[in-house]
Amino acid sequence: MTDTTATPLTRPQRGSSPRLLRQRHAAERRFRIYGISAIVIAAVVLVALLGSIANRGASAFFQTEIALDIYFDPEVIDPEGTRAPDALYSANYQTLAKRALATRFPEVTDRRAKRALTRLISSGAGFELRGMVLATPALIGTTARYWIKSSDDVDSFVKNNVARDAPESDRRVKDNEIVWLDALIASGDLGTRFDTTFFTASDSREPEQAGIWGAVVGSFLTLVVTLSLSFPIGVLAALYLEEFAPKNRWTDLIEVNINNLAAVPSIVFGLLGLAMFLSIFGMPRSAPIVGGLVLALMTFPTIIIAARAALTAVPPSVREAALAVGASKLQVTLHHVLPLAMPGVMTGTIIGMARALGETAPLLMIGMVAFIVDIPGSFTDPATVLPVQIYLWADSPERAFVAKTSAAILVLLAFLVAMNALAVILRRRFERRW
Amino acid sequence: MIKQSLAMAVVAGATLASVTMAAAIPAQAREQIRIVGSSTVFPFSTAVAENFGKTTNFKTPVVESTGTGGGMKLFCAGAGEDTPDITNASRRIKKSEYETCTKNGIEITEVKIGFDGIVLANAKSAKRLTLSKQEIYLALAKQVPGPDGKLIDNPYHTWNQINPALPATKIEVLGPPPTSGTRDAFVELAMEGGARTFDTLKALKKENKKAFKAVAHTLREDGAYIEAGENDNLIVQKLEANPKAVGIFGFSFLDQNADKLQGAIVDGIEPTFEKIAGGDYGVSRSLYFYVKQQHVDQVPGIKEFVAEFTNDRAWGEDGYLVDKGLIPLPAADRKAMRDAANGMASLSM
Repeated sequence: MTDTTATPLTRPQRGSSPRLLRQRHAAERRFRIYGISAIVIAAVVLVALLGSIANRGASAFFQTEIALDIYFDPEVIDPEGTRAPDALYSANYQTLAKRALATRFPEVTDRRAKRALTRLISSGAGFELRGMVLATPALIGTTARYWIKSSDDVDSFVKNNVARDAPESDRRVKDNEIVWLDALIASGDLGTRFDTTFFTASDSREPEQAGIWGAVVGSFLTLVVTLSLSFPIGVLAALYLEEFAPKNRWTDLIEVNINNLAAVPSIVFGLLGLAMFLSIFGMPRSAPIVGGLVLALMTFPTIIIAARAALTAVPPSVREAALAVGASKLQVTLHHVLPLAMPGVMTGTIIGMARALGETAPLLMIGMVAFIVDIPGSFTDPATVLPVQIYLWADSPERAFVAKTSAAILVLLAFLVAMNALAVILRRRFERRW
Repeated sequence: MIKQSLAMAVVAGATLASVTMAAAIPAQAREQIRIVGSSTVFPFSTAVAENFGKTTNFKTPVVESTGTGGGMKLFCAGAGEDTPDITNASRRIKKSEYETCTKNGIEITEVKIGFDGIVLANAKSAKRLTLSKQEIYLALAKQVPGPDGKLIDNPYHTWNQINPALPATKIEVLGPPPTSGTRDAFVELAMEGGARTFDTLKALKKENKKAFKAVAHTLREDGAYIEAGENDNLIVQKLEANPKAVGIFGFSFLDQNADKLQGAIVDGIEPTFEKIAGGDYGVSRSLYFYVKQQHVDQVPGIKEFVAEFTNDRAWGEDGYLVDKGLIPLPAADRKAMRDAANGMASLSM
């Protein structure tokens, strides 16, 4: 006892000595400097990361194109003259583009050089022309100037990703091709324009034809399943646990388990999905419904935790007032507590969804990491998601996919930022403070 | 009032949606081909799948990159409709895998599609390496024969310790992890080939195959060999940044990055398209895909897909797969393989 009474007497004396005071102030200054430098380091790393991605990805939003006078030769497209859709569909449209190139460069006669010439344009040029003819069959027999996509090698070359003075054997664009390209540039027949294909097409092996739309649709379908399962389950569980459940050992056990579930690595949910949904229930592989179910399992603990925090924040006086005027427990909860807690619940849900949007690991096990060209039309069609698309492109040998990868990352980041901004707005608009 | 009914509507609507969705689990027949397997064959398989989808009225096949071993496991799991129709492989099917397949009532057709070279490459800013298989083995094995012929832990830290003609830089090799088929093939072709040049190891192979494999197939773990993940693009980028490092990957990545990287000359042969196609380059392997015969009549388009793959416009010398880095079979082999594949000849081992 004597010790405890003695210390307060001596401490102020020691603390008030000018030397100690200086030390304490210095310690505080140091701490501030640590804090500021931590923030600066984080900001620099973030800016460097975003900067390098944006720098690499920017060029992927543009595509080099070559203007050609295409003659829609009826002999090639529809020799029978029946205009039957099947015949129009299966005709060889690439020939039209090749012929147009040959007319543009009549001096090229050597067979090898001719093949090199056709490599200037995208191997998908024919499919573009087919699309035009199928839309307006009246084009057949006419000649018109069209901008045709260049091949990815030419595109990289024009965007200066490949050095012009490198030895010819090291370049994918050879000397004679450079001569043709220079001629096209001189006559204004080669230009770079905004690439809408990137936003409207789905995956492709040819970088100039690849786009993210298929993956965006897949992500959307998957998240719809995730949301429609994890939101009601999460909210109902939180409501029951917070408002109705008796406090006993069982509810404590459940609570601990929910908190643990929120920290389980996501790949584990993928394994669970493989074992449960695919093996036992026999659901289709690569389908958004299975992906959504797996991600819902991963998301709903997050939603329960956020919803419970929001429900706890509603002051008891609201409940007591409602009970005092004769409302039943259910009425109190549904009419007063839940609406007041809704902004918090929504915020938790959106953040959970944003996490689900960025996941690839659990989807690997259920076959959603796949090359899928057809745009999914339902919950059971094979589909892939945005982060998986990024992963697949990052692994492709073609040089042009490097830029596409960064561009897709930018799109994914934009979605994530938008979702988080929505969470912030909801909180600002509707949250009530007591 | 508005807020509370909104909240109720959201909860109710979402519950309803989830209930209907859970009830709508499908049972319809599969319309598109499903392909799994090797990540090395993936670029070729997907290119054919895309062309097949765009030029026919069939749906575009779905291609998953699971690795050769993972693909075989899925493929051989059964003949049911929930199993894949085709699996890609960067090595031939193993006897054990074939037996699993047969046991599960699966008959398979083997299609050899071409070759792939495995290259050791470094950045253009450094000197091109000239290596023998023995030197590759000495640089990368965990244990090598010492001066007295007994196995010792790998003592080499710089290339010129192995051969004075090599540069005096640290041995630093970036390569694929054990799950990769590229690694399997590299170990089998280059490392084993190098190990066999030692008489003691040759003798070991004769008396104890397993012990020999353990010596020849184990890469060093002291930091000289760095597992760089399955992503070959990552290795390419790291090589550019570090001219002293050497990378191991498939020829197609060297082909795409020829302005930045150069392939090491192995046993006097440079890894070029012609040398690999001609079988001169020592570290090259065959690529395959396997078709499940039970699915040919069940899933629409399998026959047509095989026909597209084995068409010369795809796998021929001027085909689109060559643009993707495939090294085609000789013309006579292609013809024989095409006939066998389109006739769905059964594989027996």
